[in-house]
This record gives sequence, structure tokens and C-alpha cells, in this order.
Amino acid sequence: MSKGKSDIQIDSEIIDGIREGDNLAIEQLYQIHFPPIAQMIVNNRGSREEAQDIFQETVMVLYSKINDGDFVLSSKLQTFLYSVSKRLWLKHLTRGEAKYHKDPIDDYGESLAAEEAIVDHEVIEERLLLVESSLNGLGEPCRTILYDFYIQGKSMTDICEKFGYTNADNAKTQKYKCLQRLKKVFFKVVNSY
Amino acid sequence: MKDLNEQDFLDWADAYLREELSEEEKRQFEAYCEANLVHKELLEWHRTFVGDLKKADARANFKRDLIRIGQGYGKSYQPKSTTKVISLWDKLKLNAAVAAAIAIVSVFSTLWLTGYYKNLKKTTSDYSALRRDMNTVKRNVNAQNAAIQNIHNTKDNAKETMHYGATGFMITKNGYVVTNYHVITGADSVHLQNHKGESFKANIVFTNPEKDLAILHINDSTFKSIKSIPYTFKKQDSDMGEDVYTIGFPRDEAVYGQGYLSSSTGYAGDTLAYQISIPVNPGNSGGPLLDKEGNVIGIISGKQKGLDGAAFAIKTKALMETLNSIPADSLNGKNVVLNNKNLLHNLSRTDQIKKLQDYIYIVKVY
Repeated sequence: MSKGKSDIQIDSEIIDGIREGDNLAIEQLYQIHFPPIAQMIVNNRGSREEAQDIFQETVMVLYSKINDGDFVLSSKLQTFLYSVSKRLWLKHLTRGEAKYHKDPIDDYGESLAAEEAIVDHEVIEERLLLVESSLNGLGEPCRTILYDFYIQGKSMTDICEKFGYTNADNAKTQKYKCLQRLKKVFFKVVNSY
Repeated sequence: MKDLNEQDFLDWADAYLREELSEEEKRQFEAYCEANLVHKELLEWHRTFVGDLKKADARANFKRDLIRIGQGYGKSYQPKSTTKVISLWDKLKLNAAVAAAIAIVSVFSTLWLTGYYKNLKKTTSDYSALRRDMNTVKRNVNAQNAAIQNIHNTKDNAKETMHYGATGFMITKNGYVVTNYHVITGADSVHLQNHKGESFKANIVFTNPEKDLAILHINDSTFKSIKSIPYTFKKQDSDMGEDVYTIGFPRDEAVYGQGYLSSSTGYAGDTLAYQISIPVNPGNSGGPLLDKEGNVIGIISGKQKGLDGAAFAIKTKALMETLNSIPADSLNGKNVVLNNKNLLHNLSRTDQIKKLQDYIYIVKVY
């Protein structure tokens, strides 16, 4: 049983690493969990490149789940990743065909959990990609001002210096205008759906 | 502190969210939000939006790292991907081998079962051997009558033997006769009959299926050794255009046929035969082919189907080779000594034939 325990330890180490954006955790994830998933995909009419894509998508699903708040691993990490990959690959294969194609010998509970995780991930991914693309679509100097202030957490004084504003009030006005524009762009896209 | 404008509120909210405010100021801000519900809502919204901005950036960074690591990992694993085709072959190797084996077996067994191989030989050769089926029709009718009469008899009647006729001629004065191998194949007994009607029993001394030659020896008490044979054997090849003739038994009487040597090779380029232009028919097989001086230059063997005037004769050279290859113990001390004195040399054709025909036999095979 000591082996099983160390597995669980490795799993939680990886999860913590991913929450903190640790590259070592990603590498470990690749080394331990990529080969069986790649094998599964290659054995099911997939190429090595497609296996890479599916695995990365799977890791992003895991990432969404971990950063979604209180993530509790209900099974082994391998099981979770495997079933998510399987769902994703199945979806990839049945693209344009029946949307829900269920493998009859699938473990129902496991695949349901995987499906939920995928749907949650897709919702989060869509919103965040939209935020990102809206920010990137703003143009300079707005993008950098907002990026420095909100994401990097720099102070307004630093930003003033960087952009050469004469006083902090000017910078604040500029930041406010940029934020309003960002919201406008974001909502325009959201409402156009 | 009543209505702040949106910009000022958001500045304040940013400071609050970034926890730059003192405890006192925090309480003030929270109190303000409680009092101003519009701004409270704006705060919540702003908090989510800023959170999303941070999350989006963190996610983008994570994804970039993931892809970078994945590429590095994919490179180190590259060799494995090249084995895909080989692994597919490994998987299907057994199936392919079994399928191929079944295909081969079924093709050849089908061909064999449908008699393709038997027909192949028949259909590809338009060479026709010239032995004569004697009384074919009569024999068939007799066999049928017998079958009808014996339809209730359980015991099988003795099978009617095959009966063929052809020609043969004497090669030595002590009773050796040559004919075609195809004439005597499957023979129970062989009888030779000359034009006077005398019949002698003969043994098969030697056969050469490749050259289609058979050497018989007359083994009959009524047969007396003759003084000499009037013709000789010409061992060299004869030339194209030479006048040749033959005597054979396409029916029960001797029939004379005359023509010329039309090619120095036989059927399908056979160098041990001539092509001759003489009307020959079933029964002519084994007859001597003579030139105008009365030398035997060949033995009539067959003709080509569907082609007029293309008959074939085996060269004397092939006969000599066959005679030389006879094992000594097959001869029972009676050596094959060929005649070398030509008695036909200066005779007219009719006189030649008169002298010749005593030595030409109808070969009857039972």
C-alpha cells in the first residue's frame, strides 16, 4: 500500500504545482501521465500530434478545475486525466456526427464527472479567452496601462513614470478611460452572441 | 460623502481591492457601499472583472509553458512516432499471412478441381498425333448395347479394350520395327501386319516418350528373318524442298503420299523433326519418310491442327540416338545392325514402292 500512498502524494504535489503555475509540475505531469493517454489515442486512429493536442486540452481542463476554487480529487489523477482525454478524443472523433456518442462499456460515473469538468472548463475558457482577446485588442497605451496596474499590480506612480504623465490624476483619468473601453469591447462581443 | 462619480469610486475600489487602505478607510469604504447599492453592485462586478483579467493572464502563461514543455517532450519522444507503420504491420502480419495462404490454396485447388491443368496441356497444343482409332463408332455402340443388356447384371463385364492402328517399318533384318511412342502407349499387346495379310506378334523393346519413338521386336514363330532391307537411313539432315514420300495405313490398305520437305524444324521449332507437306491422316503415324533415292530420312509423327499441309516427321538422327540409348540387356543378344546398302537407288518410284512395302507394317494395338 505504500506505493499507493506515494501515488497520492505525487498527485497532490502536481496539483499544488499547477495551482502555482510551476513548470516542474507540468513536466512531471507529462512524464507520468502523457504516455498512457498517447497510447490510447494512437491506438484509436490518432496521430502523435493529436495526442499532444488532446493531452494539453486535458491539462487545461485540470487547470480550470484546480483554479475554480475548492478542487477535491475524487479519484486518482491518472483516472481523471484518462477519462477526460477519452471524452475529448471521442468528441474529436465524432465531430459533425452525433454530439453525444456514448461508449457503452464506459464507466458511467467516471465519464459523467469528466464530462462535467469539460463543460465547466469550456465555459471558463470561453470567458477568459474573451477577456484576454479584448485586452489585447485595445491597443497601446491602454493595454499596457491596464496590464501593469491590474495584472502586474504596479502602483500608479510607476505607471506615471513609465508613460511620462505629468501628474497622477492624468494617469488615473487615462486608466479609467481605458477600463471603460475594455468593458465596452468585452460587452460588445458578449452581447453579440 | 454622498455621490462619488464612477471614476473616483473605481479608484477607491481599486485601492480597496489591492488592500492599500487602512482599517479605518476600509470600514468607510464598506459603509459607503452599504449605503450606495449601485456602487456596491459595480464593486462586485469590478472585482470579478479584475479577477478575470488576472486569471486570463495566469492561464495564458500556463498554457504557454505547457505547450513549450510539450514540444520539448514531443521532440525527445520523436522516434516512437516513426514506428507507427511498423507496429501496424506487426499487428496485421499474421492476418496477412493467413489470408495469403488461403488465397493461394483456394486458387490452385479451384484450378485443379475444375481440371484446368488437364485442359491446359490439351488446349495449348494444336499438335495432333496421327494414330487411328479403329472402329470407334462400332465399339461405342457395342459397349452401349452390352451395357443395356447387362443392366441388371451385378457383375461388371470385362472392359472393351482400346484399339488403335498406325504404321511401323522394319529397321533391321532380324525383326526390329520402329513406330511412334504415342501409338503404343497403354498397349496390352501389339500386332504387326504386312500388306499380304500376315500378322505377327511384337514386343515393345524400348520407348522414348520425349522423342515419341518406340522400338518393337517381332516375336513370332511364323516370322522368318529376311535377307536384307532395301532402304538405308540417311543420318545427315535433308534440305528444304527435297522430294519426299511415305507409305502408311490410314485405312486397312497401304496408302502412298508424296510431297516435299517444307521446313527443317518441326512443331514449335523442334529441331529433331522436319515439317513436311504431305497429306497425312490418322494412321500415318510411324510411317517411313523417304527421299527420292530411297533413304529413310524420318518417321511421320503428327500434324498441326487447323493448318493445311503442315505435317511433321521425326528426323532419323533422333532414331539413331534412341537406338544407341537402348540398354544392352533389352536386346536379348539380337543387336540392332542397320542396313547400309541401298537397293532402291536407281529404281523408279513404283518399283521402289513395290520393294518397300514388304517391310512396312500396320501396327495394331490392343
